[in-house]
Order: sequence, then structure tokens, then C-alpha cells
Amino acid sequence: MSAIIEIDHLSKQYGSGTKALDDVSLTIEEGEIIALLGPNGAGKTTMISIICGLVVPTGGTVRVGGHDIRTDWRAARKMIGLVPQEIALEPFEKVINCVRFTRRLYGLPNDDAYIERILRALSLWDKRDAATRELSGGMKRRVLIAKALSHNPKVLFLDEPTAGVDVALRREMWEVVDDLRREGVTIILTTHYLEEAEEMADRVGVIAKGQLLLVRPTAELMGEFGRKTLTIELDAPLDGIPADMADANLTLSDDGRKLAFDYDTKAERTGIARLLGELAARDITVRDVSTRQSSLEEVFISLVNESENAA
Amino acid sequence: MNMINWHGVWSIFHHEMMRFFRTIWQSLASPVVSTVLYFVVFGAAIGGRIQSVEGVPYGAFIVPGLMMLTVLQQAVSNASFGIYFPKFSGTIYEYLVSPVGWVEVTLGFVGAAATKAILIALVILLTSFAFVGVHILHPFWMIAFLLLSAVGFSLLGFIIGLWAKSFEQLQIVPMMVIMPLVFLGGAFYSASMLPPFWGAVAKLNPVLYLISGFRWAFFGLADVPVGASLVAVGLMVIVCMAIIRWIFATGWRLRE
Repeated sequence: MSAIIEIDHLSKQYGSGTKALDDVSLTIEEGEIIALLGPNGAGKTTMISIICGLVVPTGGTVRVGGHDIRTDWRAARKMIGLVPQEIALEPFEKVINCVRFTRRLYGLPNDDAYIERILRALSLWDKRDAATRELSGGMKRRVLIAKALSHNPKVLFLDEPTAGVDVALRREMWEVVDDLRREGVTIILTTHYLEEAEEMADRVGVIAKGQLLLVRPTAELMGEFGRKTLTIELDAPLDGIPADMADANLTLSDDGRKLAFDYDTKAERTGIARLLGELAARDITVRDVSTRQSSLEEVFISLVNESENAA
Repeated sequence: MNMINWHGVWSIFHHEMMRFFRTIWQSLASPVVSTVLYFVVFGAAIGGRIQSVEGVPYGAFIVPGLMMLTVLQQAVSNASFGIYFPKFSGTIYEYLVSPVGWVEVTLGFVGAAATKAILIALVILLTSFAFVGVHILHPFWMIAFLLLSAVGFSLLGFIIGLWAKSFEQLQIVPMMVIMPLVFLGGAFYSASMLPPFWGAVAKLNPVLYLISGFRWAFFGLADVPVGASLVAVGLMVIVCMAIIRWIFATGWRLRE
């Protein structure tokens, strides 16, 4: 794989003095899906907006497919498709005309066969002659995706793509993204639904206060920062945690039938074997055990807190 | 060297023209009804008292002014609404992230606004034939002044649309500035009919130069030299384009 986006010491400071981005550098490989996570105002949308041409940076450079976004902006923008956070469509325009319009805006002649393929893939073909104002919120978001794909971009930016859509449609969107991944489209997405990043992204970037705190492969990040919880189901309920096990980092459920034990997957010794041994020594019979890995949300909150404490 | 993205220009132009054709009857009915009213009020009522102006029957004399009034109003309102609506609906992002620059966006929106204004002006000219006999002395110059005025005021409307932050702001400049300038620019009279002081003041009004040049193309009568009219409209086009270029280069009211 080769780099398709090269961000080098990118900064954005507004006239008011607010630093929206502070010396961010990042390389994105062709064909990968990267999720940018961060609280509101972290700088995610500013970063996307700079790459797409909506915001002018105050420092640094960005190259898309080797084309500088400022000096060779036409070539750079031809490679990019953007699905904005807000649903913005011409209310009286037909769906198919919206998509045709965007394709021509990118300097390409009309290609109804290609547009039909996109609309069918997004389950919009039956609505092609409907005015966009007649569509549901989810369909409007799919129209935005169809528009962003109308010129066959190499890079697709999805700014909060499933914000406000129901669970079924969110799954549908994930499938669309998965199809695009198979076609080799590089995808950069920002999201508040952290399971979305966990589900789809090859890598996760965490942004806070305009700084890129880290970028790691999703699985590695989960492994490195992820804590696990061991749930021990007991044969008989306990009145309380045995006094001599008070320091064992255990939590007893209200009905006394479940013990929860938090442990660090990175630690050399997790303490699971010793805990089970101590329970057996006290004739506490274990019926079942299960583990749950902490979500990316918990990982994310932990990272942002660490960064704030360090500042 | 960046080449012009003609598909992009066509996309914007076509999109704007389709909006016009979707409401073609409303687009045409309103100016035609207004023209008929102007002919009734100015042509029949006032024309009964003013037989002719410098040898031209009053009814025919007001035709170029009426056409110019409509061109200016339509050019400003179409161009300002054309660019303001994407700002209002949020679809402006498309123009800013796609490979189109200020030249393509301006050509698309201003080209469409000027085309609509010219089409309506020609319908008014046809309507006027039903009321008065109009002979066009210099058809080439008539078309040239029509085109230049439509483009000039479409550019002005485009700037208004870029500047406006609300529908109220969008309305206020055409109502408070354009309309008075047209009425005071000799749409319904010759500047030579004014007392010397007001005649001199009228020459500060740029619209007077457009109407004068346009009327000269019809009847060979002008309040100011034709060359001055051409320079005025040419200057207007150049200044407006420079302002638009600056707006796109700085992102003022666009990328804020």
C-alpha cells in the first residue's frame, strides 16, 4: 500500500486565537479505513474541512494522491468525496438530478449507467425521481453518500455518517462502507458512535484539543488499552465479599450471585488464576465465568483523561 | 496552469436554468403583467399628455427603460437568490469542495441569471409590440447593451447574494438601491427634461448611462455619449469581477 493522504504539521488558528488544530501529522494508506475520534470541538471536522477545501489552514501541508491541496487543488479535490455532517440537499430537486449535478461539478460528463449502479447499491433507485424533501432522514443521508461517490473518488470522508439514523439503517450504512472498502476506496470517518469505529476502522486516531493523541490499528489499541472484566457466576449467593479478599478488586452484584473482577490485559499476571484459587480455598463454588472487553468508548475516555491530566 | 472546468460551469448553469423553467409561467407572467401595467399607466395615462419626447412617441420612448428596469431587477434578484439559496440550505459546501474555482462558479450563476433576465426582457419587448410601434435603429448595439447590462447587474446581484446573511438583506439592496437608481436613471423620461441642477445630479447615477446607451440603440437618442455608456457598463463588470475574485480568495462570507 502507498500513502494517499499525507498531512504534515497541519495547524489552524482562527482569528479569535482559538487553535482548532495544532501541528497534526498523519499518513493515511490507500484502501484503509481510519476513524477519527474526539469530543466536540476536538478538531476532527476542522481537519476534514481543511483537506476537502472548506477551511484554509494557517500552517502545514496536505497532499492527496501526491497533489498539494493548495497549489494543485483541482487534482486533489477530484480524488475526494465528502459526506458532510449536516444533511444539505436541494429540497425541490430529484434524487437522480442531485447526483448528476455533483458528477458534472467534478468535471465529468454524465454517466447514467454509473449513477444507476450507485443508486441501486444505496437502495435509492426506486426513489430516483422523488424530490429530496420527500425522503426520510436516512434516505437523505444516502443521497449525500451517492453524491459523494458520483465522481468515483479515491478518498471518501464521512463526517458523522450515521448521526441520527436508526439502528437498522446504521447497519445498512456499515455494509455500504464495507462494500466501498472492497472496491479499494480509502475512507476517513468521524463518529460519535464508537462501536462504529470499532466495527469498521482499520485504524483509530484520537484527537483532543486540536492534537492527534495517537493513531493505532484498532485491534492493537483495544489490546493495548483495553481492560477486561471477568464475571464469575456463583453456585450459591454470598452475603458479602469475604473480609480477607477486600483488596482483591472485586464487586459483588446485588443478588450476591455474581462477582466482577477488573483486570488489565497488558499486565504480566492478570490475577485470574490466583482469584479462582482463593475462591476454591473458601469453598465458594463457581458455576460459570465470562469476560467482557472494555469498549472503545471507555478506551477513548481513558486516553482523553490521560491527555488532560498530562496538560 | 489550471484549466476551466466547463462541465462544472454547465452543471451550475443547467441547474439554475432548470429552476427557472420549473416555474416558467410564474417567471414570465409577473414581468409581463408589470409591463402591461406600466404601458397602461405611463403610456396611456401620462402618454396622453406627453405626445412625444424628442420626436419619439412617449409610449415607444419608455420601452427601453422598461426593458432595462426589468433586466436590472431580474438580473440582481436571480443572481443573488441563486448563490444565496445554497448558502441558506447548506449545499454551498459542494461548490467549495469540488474542483471549480471562482471563475466557474461565477460563470455558472451569473451566466444563468443574465440569460433569464435577457429572456424576460425579450418577452417584454414582444409584449410592447402589442401596444406601440417600436423600431430598433441599432440592433447589434441593442443586444450588446442588453447583454452587458444583464451581466453587470447579475455580477452585482451575485455579490449581494454572497454578502447577504438573511433573506431580508437579500431584498434590501434591490429595493432600496437598485429600484430608485432605475427610476431616477431616466427609465420613463429623458435627463434633458430635468432642470440643469438635477440633470447634473442624474449624471452621477450609473444606471442613467445604461438606459441612455440602450435607448440610443433603439432611437439614436442619448442623454450621455454612447462611449461613456459603454465605459460605465464595462467598468461595472470589471469592478464586480474583482470583488468576486477577492471574496473567493479570502473566503469572506463563504468559508466562515
